[in-house]
Amino acid sequence: MRRENLTLLALLLPAGAFFAAFFLLPLARLFLVGASGKGGFANYATIITDRNHFASLLATLALAAATTIVTLIISGIAGVFLQRNKFRGNAALVAMLTLPLAFPGVVIGFMVIVLAGRQGLIGDISQALTGEKIVFAYSMAGLFMGYVYFSIPRTILTVMATAEKLDPRLEEAARSLGASPWRVTRDVIIPGLKPAFISTGAICFATAMGAFGTAFTLATRINVLPMVIYTEFTLEANIAAAAALSFVLGAVTWIVLAVARTAAGGTVAAAG
Amino acid sequence: MRDRGSLFYAQLAFALLVCAFLIAPVILSMLAGLTANYQVGIRSGLTWRWVGEVWSGYRETIFLSIGIALACLACTLVLGVPTAYVLAKRQGALARALEELLVMPVAVPGLATALALIVTYGGAGGFRTSWVFILVGHVLFTLPFMVRSVLAVLMAIDLRTLEEGAASLGASFRQRFFHVVLPNCRSGIVAGSLMVVTLSMGEFNMTWLLHTPLNKTLPVGLADAYASLRLEIASAYTLVFFLMIVPLLLLMQALSRPRPRKLRVEAE
Amino acid sequence: MTAIAHRSSPVAIALQRCAKTFADGTRALEPLDLTINAGETIVFLGPSGCGKTTTLRIIAGLESPDAGGKVLFDDTDVTPLGIEKRNIGMVFQSYALFPNMSVAGNIAYGLTIRKRPRAEIAARVAEMLAMMRIEALADRSIDQLSGGQRQRVALARALAVRPRALLLDEPLTALDAKLRDSLRLEIDQLLRGLGITAVYVTHDQAEAMALGDRIVVMEHGRVAQVGRPRDIYQRPSTRFVAEFVGTMNRLSGSVQGGAFVTAGGRIPWPEAPAGASEVLFRPEDVSLVETGAHLDGTVAAAFFLGDRTRLFVQVGDGKPLVVETSARRDFQHGEAVGLNVDPRGLMAL
Repeated sequence: MRRENLTLLALLLPAGAFFAAFFLLPLARLFLVGASGKGGFANYATIITDRNHFASLLATLALAAATTIVTLIISGIAGVFLQRNKFRGNAALVAMLTLPLAFPGVVIGFMVIVLAGRQGLIGDISQALTGEKIVFAYSMAGLFMGYVYFSIPRTILTVMATAEKLDPRLEEAARSLGASPWRVTRDVIIPGLKPAFISTGAICFATAMGAFGTAFTLATRINVLPMVIYTEFTLEANIAAAAALSFVLGAVTWIVLAVARTAAGGTVAAAG
Repeated sequence: MRDRGSLFYAQLAFALLVCAFLIAPVILSMLAGLTANYQVGIRSGLTWRWVGEVWSGYRETIFLSIGIALACLACTLVLGVPTAYVLAKRQGALARALEELLVMPVAVPGLATALALIVTYGGAGGFRTSWVFILVGHVLFTLPFMVRSVLAVLMAIDLRTLEEGAASLGASFRQRFFHVVLPNCRSGIVAGSLMVVTLSMGEFNMTWLLHTPLNKTLPVGLADAYASLRLEIASAYTLVFFLMIVPLLLLMQALSRPRPRKLRVEAE
Repeated sequence: MTAIAHRSSPVAIALQRCAKTFADGTRALEPLDLTINAGETIVFLGPSGCGKTTTLRIIAGLESPDAGGKVLFDDTDVTPLGIEKRNIGMVFQSYALFPNMSVAGNIAYGLTIRKRPRAEIAARVAEMLAMMRIEALADRSIDQLSGGQRQRVALARALAVRPRALLLDEPLTALDAKLRDSLRLEIDQLLRGLGITAVYVTHDQAEAMALGDRIVVMEHGRVAQVGRPRDIYQRPSTRFVAEFVGTMNRLSGSVQGGAFVTAGGRIPWPEAPAGASEVLFRPEDVSLVETGAHLDGTVAAAFFLGDRTRLFVQVGDGKPLVVETSARRDFQHGEAVGLNVDPRGLMAL
């Protein structure tokens, strides 16, 4: 079937050429540019050596990790609940929960302002309740809320899809052996969802690491890695540093996803 | 039917709270776009004024976003459907590696991809300043979604037997591809198309770096509006964005819900 | 089913030194030489993995034989031709019907590829729908059909193009027993009426015996025996063939003085070959007798099958013998019975 192999190769060529020209080649260039200028390859070490850069790396990692954990808990509870309980309005709830799927970071940032800004909803509520207006849109807390906001829709779909495939007989067996609902959840459901948690959690983490629009909208003072890269590029015109940092950021997120894929087994569906 | 326990209601309340968290700001911002004065609030009355100003000031961004999204769709169809076919036919390690490669632009932050494109093609004047530059970024980002969507459908049907059936009747490769393969992955193509268009219209991270003052997409315009203009205009702009994208999202959800299968006639 | 005039005359197929080794090293087929006569229905029979489907796919053109192997259609070497060019009709185990076309669209497909005029296609489709008695299904979509209906559509589609030969890959395996029986009859009549060369693959020996003019029994990539059903059944050339086709009883013992002596008794056998230590014989060569039995045994199990009773009789050590009787009486577990074996049915392999 050699002729077939040639046909398949020909079919692959357009996408392959496009990819090579506009992704692989540029990434290689980026790597080289990152090593250009005064620092040379030492530029790649600045992420650790430069105090500012290192701080922002840690902040970004912490933010991404916190986002992932909180999102997984929320999506886990809500997702399994919606998957298993049929009631009127279930579909509407699911639709509403997955609506923000394609909102750009700018809009997310705006959502955060609407909720937690100076005229925000949370501020109004807290003022009515306690007399003090809570405003946190322009800080890390606001950014965190924004990240959770766009992560929930992405993760909840995967959780629901996996919950659907759980074998109810395993839970029935646990119950027949006397397990309480909490034990069933802890010992059967959560382990059953583990692959979904790992795969979707990895995507959540990677997306939070690389998210830019939200931080950009909220303020340029927030010290996360994508913002540092941006300011290096536009305000400082330090292309080499920007290139090196973004290459490292890209490599880190890609490694996280690859590790998660092998841990979970099978292809990881990037919900986008 | 067991009685709904307190656990059920607790979880329901939780789900509703999360829903409110996600939807309330959407509604509020849509309202803000229609409010005469955001500082005063809804008491100042509703108006179309801000939407009108958005239309007169930012019309081109809307058209450009739509145009790029459609062009992106065309590109991903031409590049992605054959790729999905190849991946469905060959399942070995090489195919896995190809899939990994394909997903990279999604894994790598948009910022990095955009920077990479700029350092490589920044000098190519005409290319760098045209909307095609933005299109390239969008295609890189959305291609894996089209491929994955079509691939999922192709893997679910018995592709090999269908093709052998067509070949046994004399069909050449081209005839098999267009008569049998493509029609049977239509649902994947439709789902993938919706995904591509939606993602393209909402893409910001890459586009912000790739754009020029003459080539602004809707999200880019939005960022400009937030930074420089009244909150009402920015809100109205956001409202326009929602009006464009929410129908697409709802359509995607409607299509992904499994439809009831037609009853099969079992009697012989 | 009416006999349809078949425009292209049936083809004779010859396989010369056809072997197949797959890319991962599996040796699916040892070098095979076989001639299939024009108009003949030949059945490849064997357990899974024996190479029968591989052989069919080589004839079809879906696989190429290893170097040196040749496939000939009426003295023309078709080995380099792909399946698209061989003008055969193929029926797959899973039918391979196109979900994006209606029944009529499926049947018309081969003719559409051949760019026949629309009126001719419509006429031929109507003819095939009538032949398969599925006129009512013409505009249905495939997922609305039952298994038997899909089978008919698959046959109609394959035959619509007037192929030189019809290749069937376990077409009845996916159907339930009753359906299989009735469809088997229809296929048999269809093939005889058409006079087409047919190559049929199955693991069901009852199907093979019913449909085949000749049967090729295969095992582990090799041909064990080729012959008419009667020859395969009554004169199996190897132990494998004997046991694969139909049920076989086995008794060990020795030849002594013109008889076969076993633990359970003594079977008079004038033509016993010297040194035979084991005999095989069919259940139908065994009968129950009241007195003067060759073998004595006890009933281990009795299954009332409606038209007959199948007994498992323990004679000496070893596996129980299978005996079938139409006697209208009940048998008790442990009951003593006497068996006579017709010596003409004894085989020593």
